[in-house]
Amino acid sequence: MAEFSLPKNSRVMPGKTVSAANGAKRKRTFRVYRYDPDNGDNPRVDSYEIDLDKCGPMVLDAIIYIKNEVDPTLAFRRSCREGICGSCAMNIDGTNTLACTKATESIKGDVKIYPLPHMPVHKDLVPDLKHFYAQYASVKPWLQAESPPPPDRERLQSKEDREKLDGLYECILCACCSTSCPSYWWNGDRYLGPAALLQAYRWLVDSRDEATGERLDELEDPFKLYRCHTIMNCARTCPKGLNPAEAIANIKKMMVTRTL
Amino acid sequence: MSRSKPLSPHLQVYRPQITSVLSITHRATGIALSAGTVVLLYWLASAAGGSDAYAAAQGVFSHGLVKLLLVGWTWAFFYHLCNGLRHLAWDAGYGFKISTVYRSGYTVIVASLVLTGLIWACVLAKLGGA
Repeated sequence: MAEFSLPKNSRVMPGKTVSAANGAKRKRTFRVYRYDPDNGDNPRVDSYEIDLDKCGPMVLDAIIYIKNEVDPTLAFRRSCREGICGSCAMNIDGTNTLACTKATESIKGDVKIYPLPHMPVHKDLVPDLKHFYAQYASVKPWLQAESPPPPDRERLQSKEDREKLDGLYECILCACCSTSCPSYWWNGDRYLGPAALLQAYRWLVDSRDEATGERLDELEDPFKLYRCHTIMNCARTCPKGLNPAEAIANIKKMMVTRTL
Repeated sequence: MSRSKPLSPHLQVYRPQITSVLSITHRATGIALSAGTVVLLYWLASAAGGSDAYAAAQGVFSHGLVKLLLVGWTWAFFYHLCNGLRHLAWDAGYGFKISTVYRSGYTVIVASLVLTGLIWACVLAKLGGA
């Protein structure tokens, strides 16, 4: 059942304000969600006033600046800093995106940063993605084939068949889409969500895969697939410009056409 | 300290946008229309219940607030209809590009308002002419 308000232990309290921008020409306030699992306190939002001339252009640069120069207790995930690893996915200025590819200048006013929405929080901007990964694993994201590959070469694909994977293989599993989806918020325990379903479709349309029927059987369920109500937040927010909603619609179409 | 992990904010922080706002409006208008069906039933039942009952019902419907509600239901009907067509297109696999989603979304808003205006212009012209 949908729970619209936050549980008592999750209500966000006002936090501290730190100014690190004495004499700065380009000041910006970053309002960052903080949660410390080591004390019994509720989450809070801390404000950091930053001199933009002292850090790089992206939101991730600013967060790294805060951790290095202002508050070393701030926890977040990051790795590649170029939009390919998906680690720094978070809710910035009200939508989910990668901190490393989001320019601070593209945001008006204070920069509000929260962890990916409706997820259990380990610490600060680090959500627990265990369930998300388990859902990804549940779609068996690997090639399944009974027939052996040709003895002298790989399983080949025509150019046309390979093209069907464009817009699917680029997914970096950052979880921006799934955690932007209200349907995933309310039913994420059983609804697989846009990310896992896009991956499911990636294998459903792969000409080399031979488990299409079993994969569809597995998804034919009121919750796993059909909690998608085409809200389209997923495609709106994907930092890689992919379209999970369209992939899900294609799965629904496969469900229908296979019975014809 | 053992306590359950907090849940990160969702509705509280996620920016409303055409995608989600039109979706929730679709649901809200659907619910409003179900409620409206009861009112429609009341009107039909009153018509079947003789002239006194019908006159009483007409009295209710001539109340300003009820008229306003009727305009609301008309809009809810056209919104649900137009956005329903949008959903049909999606179910058939069309219109998923985000730019298209935005264009079709704004079209639904404008179309529902225009259709509501047209219907009520007709109704008022009819009432005025009678």
